[in-house]
Amino acid sequence: MFKIIDKEFLSENVAKLVIEAPYIAKSRKAGHFIILRINENGERIPLTISDADIEKGTITLIVQRVGVSSHKLCAMNIGDIILDVVGPLGKATRISKVGTVLCAGGGVGVAPLFPIVQAMKLAGNRVVIVLAARNKDLVILEDKMREYSDELIIMTDDGSKGKKGLVTQGMEEVIEREKVDEAIVIGPAVMMKFAALTTKKYNIPTLASLNTIMVDGTGMCGACRVSVGGKTEFVCVHGPEFDAHKVNFDEMLSRLNAYKDKETANYQEYLKELELVLSN
Amino acid sequence: MESDLNKAYYKSERKTDWRDKLRKEIKSKDRANLTRVRMPEADPNIRNKSNIEVNKGLTLEMALKESHRCLDCVVPTCINGCPVGTNIPKFVKYLELGDIAGAAKVLKENNSLPAICGRVCPQEIQCEAECTYVKKMSKEGAAIGYLERFVADYDRENGESTLPTMAKPNGIKMAVVGSGPAGLTVAGELAKFGYDVTVFEALHDLGGVLKYGIPEFRLPKSIVDFEINTIKQMGVKFVTNFIVGKTATIEDLRNEGFMAFFIASGAGLPNFMNIPGENFSGIQSANEYLTRVNLMHGSNKNYDTPVHSGKNVVVVGGGNTAMDSVRTAKRLGAERAIIMYRRSQEEMPARAEEIKHAMEEGVEFINLTSPIEYFADDKGHVNKMKVQKMELGEPDASGRRRPIAIEGSNFEIDVDTVVIAVGVSPNPIIQQSMPELEITKWNTIKVDEHMMTSVEGIFAGGDIVRGGATVILAMGDGRKAAKGMHLYAQSEVMAEA
Repeated sequence: MFKIIDKEFLSENVAKLVIEAPYIAKSRKAGHFIILRINENGERIPLTISDADIEKGTITLIVQRVGVSSHKLCAMNIGDIILDVVGPLGKATRISKVGTVLCAGGGVGVAPLFPIVQAMKLAGNRVVIVLAARNKDLVILEDKMREYSDELIIMTDDGSKGKKGLVTQGMEEVIEREKVDEAIVIGPAVMMKFAALTTKKYNIPTLASLNTIMVDGTGMCGACRVSVGGKTEFVCVHGPEFDAHKVNFDEMLSRLNAYKDKETANYQEYLKELELVLSN
Repeated sequence: MESDLNKAYYKSERKTDWRDKLRKEIKSKDRANLTRVRMPEADPNIRNKSNIEVNKGLTLEMALKESHRCLDCVVPTCINGCPVGTNIPKFVKYLELGDIAGAAKVLKENNSLPAICGRVCPQEIQCEAECTYVKKMSKEGAAIGYLERFVADYDRENGESTLPTMAKPNGIKMAVVGSGPAGLTVAGELAKFGYDVTVFEALHDLGGVLKYGIPEFRLPKSIVDFEINTIKQMGVKFVTNFIVGKTATIEDLRNEGFMAFFIASGAGLPNFMNIPGENFSGIQSANEYLTRVNLMHGSNKNYDTPVHSGKNVVVVGGGNTAMDSVRTAKRLGAERAIIMYRRSQEEMPARAEEIKHAMEEGVEFINLTSPIEYFADDKGHVNKMKVQKMELGEPDASGRRRPIAIEGSNFEIDVDTVVIAVGVSPNPIIQQSMPELEITKWNTIKVDEHMMTSVEGIFAGGDIVRGGATVILAMGDGRKAAKGMHLYAQSEVMAEA
């Protein structure tokens, strides 16, 4: 039984949830994720841990409303109970002092990027961050990111905040200006694909944290498999971070859409039912 | 196998008055002339559209009649065939006597999950293969599995279910990692010895492969829950959503006072064949397919988890998991549900009963054939597979004849769902968190004759030690490990005193 202690919307469709999970709060490290199931009928969905408080025994998750499960999760309130939360899962990010680390986050991918930024900064690295979003309302965690970075660049598609342009433009600006020793990119698969192509041009070692479809999250089902350097790897136990230059993002994109038709249909049906309930 | 130690005991028990009397009531020759009972089965064309259990179980009359076939042999070789050493003639003769509660008690002495074993054990290669009828008389063996199921079911349904005899609680804490057959067995045994046992389960539901893997039509989940509840009543605590090695380490748990550990985390990683196109959507491991259907209720529209199960389903493999998958596909509406196996039916590792049931239900078998490539539509969903005919060569390390590809024999099959059931590799999570744990070249955990690993106080069993095996072998490991852990705890307590 995992109680929601705090909740706020960071933007219209992105909610921050603070959940009581003392064991996970204590054992989680940057890069780890959890799997949760809202209720008896729910599916198991993976979400990256954005923050934790050992003393309070809580973990923080950031969720974007995209389908039935995330919609239900965003509709939960303080005091509500999430039936199942298990973790921390995956391998933790390898944190060391390498020099300058370029961290690029897109959309809700900024959430899992935060603990990595924090750990990289505390390890003594120079940390330069590029945060990208469609518009100013979708930029999240700006203040926290600023606190743990040497420089923060914001890119929006429409120029409503920071600079107008894509994440890759912000990244190139940094790379052309100074020596970057390592890059970390987290965001939608398309964004990571192009961010990886960008750093590859400059031969900068780059990690991408992948968020694929999972069921158990412990290596049992293989739903999360991706090709990395031509070899099949399981994101849940071999990842979630891989050498971004070796990940087959096109295959990953296709696998992310494996249940799209069913998911879209279910979501439409769910929204229709919700409307009926609200109109009554 | 523990029967060698018990030979004298079996002999003395056989000589008890009631058994002497029973033996004399019917001549062995007359017993041997009785024909083996047939298991009543649900109609194939009804059951392949529903989740009803295929084997309906014996009636009381059928069970009593079958119990008469058992000759109560001087040397009960059947017991040698049982990985947990069930006292088979004793329970069968209690049944013959009409004392079903007595029979159930005998089963529970050695086996905390008899209703499960009566359903999923491969008796035809274990106890029943060692039956005198099979070994000496070229007859069908006594239907020990059916009788075990009957006794366990009767005992459960008639409310006479009793807890086994328990030792006084000793306050020593023991941890079990995983709630599958091996973990449940250890938990039950240790509770009987008086330990304070906690089982940690990674998933949200208890039972391991009994829940996520074996389908409802072969093993109803209510039966698994009943057996788990019995273990709960014995005082065993269960914690779900807890991954030992992740949520907390073994070291953390030692600090919380656990004296010894049993690792039964199962065979985790599903194997793939590493052929082109294998990562197209619609191609999934048997673990994924069965988990989505069994654990997550993916085919029930009241549940949020989706599952791919199309009209043309090919299941690659010839084991029990492959049969479970293909029969599930049929039930989810497949027009063609096909088993594709690279050897011939003779070499199939699946139980004969599963193969027979699958055939009755309309499953097609394409044997001596193996996939070599998959193709997909513009959305990346599999729509075709290229396969190759095989022939059998000389026997390989497994003793089965090695399949060899026939050049130029390729052909294509239209598919929309493919399930890969070609085995599993051990789950790496525990080893990742405990590098000091010695493992084999197959990544299974090394154990000694007491099932203790290279780390003192940590025991292991089931598929994490064996690779992919059966429920009953996992349970056999559990019984052995429980004894090992008991010995270990006793020596620790002595050392402290």
